[in-house]
Amino acid sequence: MDLTLNWYLSLSAVLFTIGVLGVLLRRNAIVIFLSIELMLNAVNLTLVAFSQAFGDVTGQILVFFVMSVAAAEAAVGLAIIIAIFRNKVTVNVDEINLFRG
Amino acid sequence: MLAPFLFFLFAVLAVVGALGMLISRSPVGSALWMVMTLFAVACLYLTLNAAFIGVIQVIVYAGAIMVLFLFVIMLLNLEVAPRLGRLNGGKVVAFALGVAVLAQLLVVVALRLDVAPGALATPEAAAEAASAHNLGVALLTEHAFALEVIGVLLLAATIGAVLLAKKRFV
Amino acid sequence: MELPVLLILLPPLIGAVLNGVVGLFAPGYRRNEWLIGGLATAAVALPFAVAVSLFLGFHGEGTGHGAEVVRYFTWLAAGDLSVDFAYRIDQLSLVMALIVTGVGALIHLYSIGYMHGDPGFWRFFAYLNLFIFAMLNLVLAENLVVLFLGWEGVGLCSYLLIGFWYTNLKNSAAANKAFIVNRIGDFAFLLALFIVFAVVTDGREGAFGFDFTTLLASETLALFGAGTTLLVVLLFFVGATGKSAQIPLFVWLPDAMAGPTPVSALIHAATMVTSGLYLLARLSPMVLRAPTAMAVIAVVGALTAVVAATIAITQNDIKKVLAYSTVSQLGFMFMAAGVGAFFVSIFHVMTHAFFKGCLFLGSGSVIHAMHHVEHDLEHRGLIPGHHGSGAHSPHESEATQHPLRHDPLPYDGPFDAQDMRTMGGLRKSMPITAITFLVAALAIAGLPPLAGFFSKDEILFKVFEFGYNDQAWAFLVWGVGIFTALLTAIYMGRCYLLTFEGRPRWPGALDVKPHESPWTMTVPLVVLAFLSAVGGFLGLPAVLGESWIHHWLVEEGAGPVAEPAHELHVSHGMEWGLLGGGAAVAVLGLFLAWVRWGRRGLEADASLRRRLGFLYTLWSNKYFVDEIYDETVVSPVVEGSRRGLAPFDQKGVDGAVNGVARLVRGVAGRLRGLQTGVVQTYALYLVLGVVLVITLMLFV
Repeated sequence: MDLTLNWYLSLSAVLFTIGVLGVLLRRNAIVIFLSIELMLNAVNLTLVAFSQAFGDVTGQILVFFVMSVAAAEAAVGLAIIIAIFRNKVTVNVDEINLFRG
Repeated sequence: MLAPFLFFLFAVLAVVGALGMLISRSPVGSALWMVMTLFAVACLYLTLNAAFIGVIQVIVYAGAIMVLFLFVIMLLNLEVAPRLGRLNGGKVVAFALGVAVLAQLLVVVALRLDVAPGALATPEAAAEAASAHNLGVALLTEHAFALEVIGVLLLAATIGAVLLAKKRFV
Repeated sequence: MELPVLLILLPPLIGAVLNGVVGLFAPGYRRNEWLIGGLATAAVALPFAVAVSLFLGFHGEGTGHGAEVVRYFTWLAAGDLSVDFAYRIDQLSLVMALIVTGVGALIHLYSIGYMHGDPGFWRFFAYLNLFIFAMLNLVLAENLVVLFLGWEGVGLCSYLLIGFWYTNLKNSAAANKAFIVNRIGDFAFLLALFIVFAVVTDGREGAFGFDFTTLLASETLALFGAGTTLLVVLLFFVGATGKSAQIPLFVWLPDAMAGPTPVSALIHAATMVTSGLYLLARLSPMVLRAPTAMAVIAVVGALTAVVAATIAITQNDIKKVLAYSTVSQLGFMFMAAGVGAFFVSIFHVMTHAFFKGCLFLGSGSVIHAMHHVEHDLEHRGLIPGHHGSGAHSPHESEATQHPLRHDPLPYDGPFDAQDMRTMGGLRKSMPITAITFLVAALAIAGLPPLAGFFSKDEILFKVFEFGYNDQAWAFLVWGVGIFTALLTAIYMGRCYLLTFEGRPRWPGALDVKPHESPWTMTVPLVVLAFLSAVGGFLGLPAVLGESWIHHWLVEEGAGPVAEPAHELHVSHGMEWGLLGGGAAVAVLGLFLAWVRWGRRGLEADASLRRRLGFLYTLWSNKYFVDEIYDETVVSPVVEGSRRGLAPFDQKGVDGAVNGVARLVRGVAGRLRGLQTGVVQTYALYLVLGVVLVITLMLFV
């Protein structure tokens, strides 16, 4: 069958959804982060797919930037987790609820 | 013939890896499944003739970011998560939401929203466009400002991460 | 004309604010009685001088009936309503302004002596000036809204001044009563205003501001149908009964005697109570178009006059006698208004201001002297002392008791400086007060050639003339008027005789004598007595000469006060007969009074009680009107409020307000649960929101 753009987009959608489920369902902060990375990857896939379809390099430039930001975000986020862990000795998000109303 | 086969192979690998990451009870396991996913996605980039990006994916994501994750997991010495907990309302809602998101995305794709500016490119043209040379030219001319900003962002992230993770501020 | 009007209106206001504010914030100022009193008196004397100069220079040319209208600025402007702060200088308003400021200035002077030593001296003069300001607004107003402003203002000042010694609950209750009863009248006034507005704006183009030039023009008056005119006039009349103490709203005036006597003189004799008459005179073109209403006005006036006169004969408090006398004389004025002789009612307003003002000030002088007598008697132990403590204890009297015999008082309770039963023979110690009081009493009785004779007789004549013109009911009114004139002479004679003649009836009268009042009090008495004597010549009846006041106010159809056209005129011979009859009635009444009270003193009261029996009880209890009102109106309203409105307010209104607060708090408490503090929950909300938005975008 014809390998069109839609296959890649569908795959990207599935990966994105799995990432969303990970963010909403898992209680371990690290795994939540991994899920976020997964979502970003899904988006990257979409961008590259479009870029290939239209022959436009802008999509891949964007992927470039997304990756950089993801890297920066991962670094800072993990540093935060480490800092929290120092205080509460847990990465279970259910227990990190100081902002409870 | 080859292209669809490759696509499906790597697609399945990616999804399996993602699901594995989702379901795995140990954080190390999750990280490793994630690595598998990242590799699969990198191969998918290659099938899309985006060679440079594919390599960058492996180097940056799988090589640097995942290593960082594993470092932190080891550092925190996390325990294995217990078996699946009780099914409560929140989990059901979350699952339903996830399904809704998937449904919406697929609907959008199916609707074939035509935002294309014209004909699709050929694989050779795409490969030519995605070459490192063209990417570099575009980065340093059209998107030079963004490039600089990214640089500053990375600097800020570095400083921030170091400060946050230190034991004491002085 | 703008400056003179300002010079009339503003000085009293400035005086009130100055005395009030400085007195309030600088307690040291309050001791300068001459400064305060002088300032306040000057603030009324200046407008009087300006009014006199305007009066002398009034030419009767210019707009309409010679009136001059001064507009200052627009006060209210909304849709068809456009009310200005505008004042009118014409014959009627000038006469009223002269009375208000002239008599007012005299009473201010009097008050300096009367209120001497009172800790609220500064407050008194501030209120008094404020009253003059409000009253001037009332009489000089060019439109009904500014008039109503003055109307309400005098009601307010009346309340403030009646309850001046507010530490005594009785005084505050009297002030409340005055204000609340007045309010009923004011409500009717407002209803009349609303109807006028509706009718006039319906039938006429452009904005309407209740101004008299527009309202009283024949085209505007023609817009009102017969029924509407009747209703409007009756509503205005109800308002007038409130302010001018006629049946059914007169009950506040006797109670208002709780205020200081200058207040009774100024407000409840000379000025405020005449506002109702002024209103009718001002609206005379409209009133003349409602003959049924006029009949009602005349009958109510007559009824009030006779009822009040019968009560006055039985009263022992000198101020109460004068209060009921005022109600009765106001009834006379309404009788005149009811037969269309508005200018005569204004004439009687003027003469009444002179003699009633003099009578009240004279009674104040007497009360002032009797207060000194009371202090003296307490000091000597001849009566139980109670000043300063408010209640007299039997132990106290024993402690100060002297071996002197002290007679029991002819009434229950402590010594009352206002009760005539413990007065008598004051002519010898207070000659000026006695003579001025006598002159004023003769004037009100209607003895020629004093002022009261001319004004009262003119009223009765006009009533008779009205009856002569095929309005037979007017003859009945005339008859009631004649009878009331007789009663007036009787009770005024009794009042004078019991107070000033005979032997002193207070305990220890041989040793304790009163003394004449200071010049600040006697000078106004003399001036007013003089005016009571000669004031009548302003309005001579037709047989005797030209009536200046008729010419001034009515000006053969061109003046501000209208009058009905009569076909039949009473012959000169009959007019002489009526004049003579009126004089005879006055002489007869005075003679009867002298025979009974002049010769027998208090014993005549007892014999009268025996003769009249049940009637006397009815009269001395003022026909039980207060009790009836209490039963039928006041108690149900109070009970209804307590049972119905109070719970509604506490549970309904408060409940609703508190309920809203509880609801908000409850909802907020529930919503708090949404903020779990767990970031994952917030991520959930985020995704939920995104899903919803995308659904909307896709399918809407």
